[in-house]
Amino acid sequence: MLKRYNIRMAGIGGQGVVTASHILSNGMVISGGESTLVPFFGSEKRMAPVESYVRIAIDRIYEIGEIIYPNVIMIFHPQVITHGKSYTMPFYSGLKQNGVVLINADTPINLQPDEVRELKEREARIYYLPATTMAREIGGTDLATNMAMVGAIASILGIPDMPSLEQSVRERFLGKGFVVSGGTAALDNVIEKKFAKKEQLLKSNMSVIAAAYQYANDHGWAATPQKASV
Amino acid sequence: MSDSAGVKDVTAEKLAEIKEAAEELSAGDRQKIVTPEYMFFEAPRERAFITGSEAAKEAIRRSNVDVAISYPITPQSETMQQVGSLWAEGYVKEYYRGEEEIGVMSAIAGSSRAGARSMTATAGPGLMRGMEVIASWPGGRIPAVLLIMCRVVNCPLAIQPDNVELAYLLNSGIILFHGENQQDFFDYTMKAFIISERPEITLPVAVAVDGFFVTHARGYVNIPSKDIKLPPRNPYAEAVPAMDNENPPARLSRDAPIQKSNFISYHVHASWQQEVWAANDRARRYINKYMGGLIEVVNPEAEIMLIASGSAVSQSREAVRQAEEEHNTKIGLIKVRSLRPFPTLELREACKNVKRIIIPEFNHMGWLHREVVTALYRHSTAEIVPGPRVFGGMSMPTEMILQTIFPEKKFSF
Repeated sequence: MLKRYNIRMAGIGGQGVVTASHILSNGMVISGGESTLVPFFGSEKRMAPVESYVRIAIDRIYEIGEIIYPNVIMIFHPQVITHGKSYTMPFYSGLKQNGVVLINADTPINLQPDEVRELKEREARIYYLPATTMAREIGGTDLATNMAMVGAIASILGIPDMPSLEQSVRERFLGKGFVVSGGTAALDNVIEKKFAKKEQLLKSNMSVIAAAYQYANDHGWAATPQKASV
Repeated sequence: MSDSAGVKDVTAEKLAEIKEAAEELSAGDRQKIVTPEYMFFEAPRERAFITGSEAAKEAIRRSNVDVAISYPITPQSETMQQVGSLWAEGYVKEYYRGEEEIGVMSAIAGSSRAGARSMTATAGPGLMRGMEVIASWPGGRIPAVLLIMCRVVNCPLAIQPDNVELAYLLNSGIILFHGENQQDFFDYTMKAFIISERPEITLPVAVAVDGFFVTHARGYVNIPSKDIKLPPRNPYAEAVPAMDNENPPARLSRDAPIQKSNFISYHVHASWQQEVWAANDRARRYINKYMGGLIEVVNPEAEIMLIASGSAVSQSREAVRQAEEEHNTKIGLIKVRSLRPFPTLELREACKNVKRIIIPEFNHMGWLHREVVTALYRHSTAEIVPGPRVFGGMSMPTEMILQTIFPEKKFSF
């Protein structure tokens, strides 16, 4: 259990990787901790690689910028690994000793022998979460994949707590929304049209987050929750 | 309504007129003017968690800006876009998109000379393009604020942060601050307007931050109420009065007959530049007064000292923390807030007993290292380590700084 987690999120355009990083980051701040984040993307288009770097901590954070040596890596799409759709290759590059890798895939991915060996040397904990399947079944849309990833990582790291995450989702979609770019704004409209009311969208997202949080708890991935005070 | 003498009672009419006019007041007109001292030090502040671009927007909202001119370039675009919405809300009087950076910087010179409080922002290649005009601002005694969000300018070109571009500004005569985070970006920007327009200074001020790490990332910023704003510019109380019908434009290039080599033209140039740099130096007083000094020193008694500006300060703070908590060693840190004027005397004093100086930088050629070496020449016996450095947009892993601090230990990066 650490006071500070450096997280690299990797996914593909349209999955809401940057949105996930904002929700996690803001949730950490709402819970009384600190957080910084930097998104990294090229042209904003679907299926293009996207990364986002998030630091969350129950203590002060001084560092900023890209995270080169993360403790936590979140892979939002199997193609990041299988098709090399990533700015960082291999996907675990820079992972610190005893780190966590959370991968969105229904079944374990067939990694190369070198990759298996290197991950073993780093004593990485690798968790496979069927995030897209959960998003589809519980949230009614693949677009909630990012919510599942956020829910699971909150359980795995023990921060931030669920009420803070809920508040963060509320602020993102209902309140003072933070828009990173034109692409994000356009995607928001698509999501919003899918739901008659924004409240419904919030509820659906929260149920996906809660389900993934529970999934991680049930599989014994959870860390003891920590209380933030900065 | 008229009285017996036929004089119209206009009171009722006037009241309605005044009321109507009051409703037409812009949001900016309704802000209360406060002194810079109240704005900077006394006004109650609330903590917000916002991006650097939003911090700049909030600073400009409170800075009583007359003219803002934009031209998009990543990672600056969001900032001037936000300033555009300030114009729509009524906090900025004029706003438009220029043709390109030479046009924008020229227009800023014009609006500033005409007496308007003027600002713009650019990044990387945009700064390079505007440089032709920017280099002439200080000599033109143009009070204005230029925000810079550093990004790669050299090859291979990228949009990521690398602050080599600031090297080109160091020799221009412009006052140059380098902010570490979103809070600095907010504070320095507001203070830049006031410092820029001081009668004894009358120079442009550039406030730089490293792009993305500050502009697109969120951080805590303490901000005063949006109901208050800085006093307006007084363009007649400056070293060069604003142009108007009584003050014709000054011709600042040499006329053709004396363009060629002669003693007078060189003498004019020398005295003109001497005064620009003297004015630049006079900013020290206000940097001390409003910004807490040209430098900030952490652990002043340490024998090993990091000297940094911009994002490199944040990475250095984390290295200082790790050195203390994980390696039981107290390391010092000097944050350079002002690059022009450069804190030569302050550095000599702060480094008096230092044995080793390490200068982490986010650019390839190490302009801060050169500045520090020049400042400390014959004033320090410390070993001055040129680096570590990252460039092309890479973030500096704290391990790189720790490895330089502890050469005998092994850090993986």
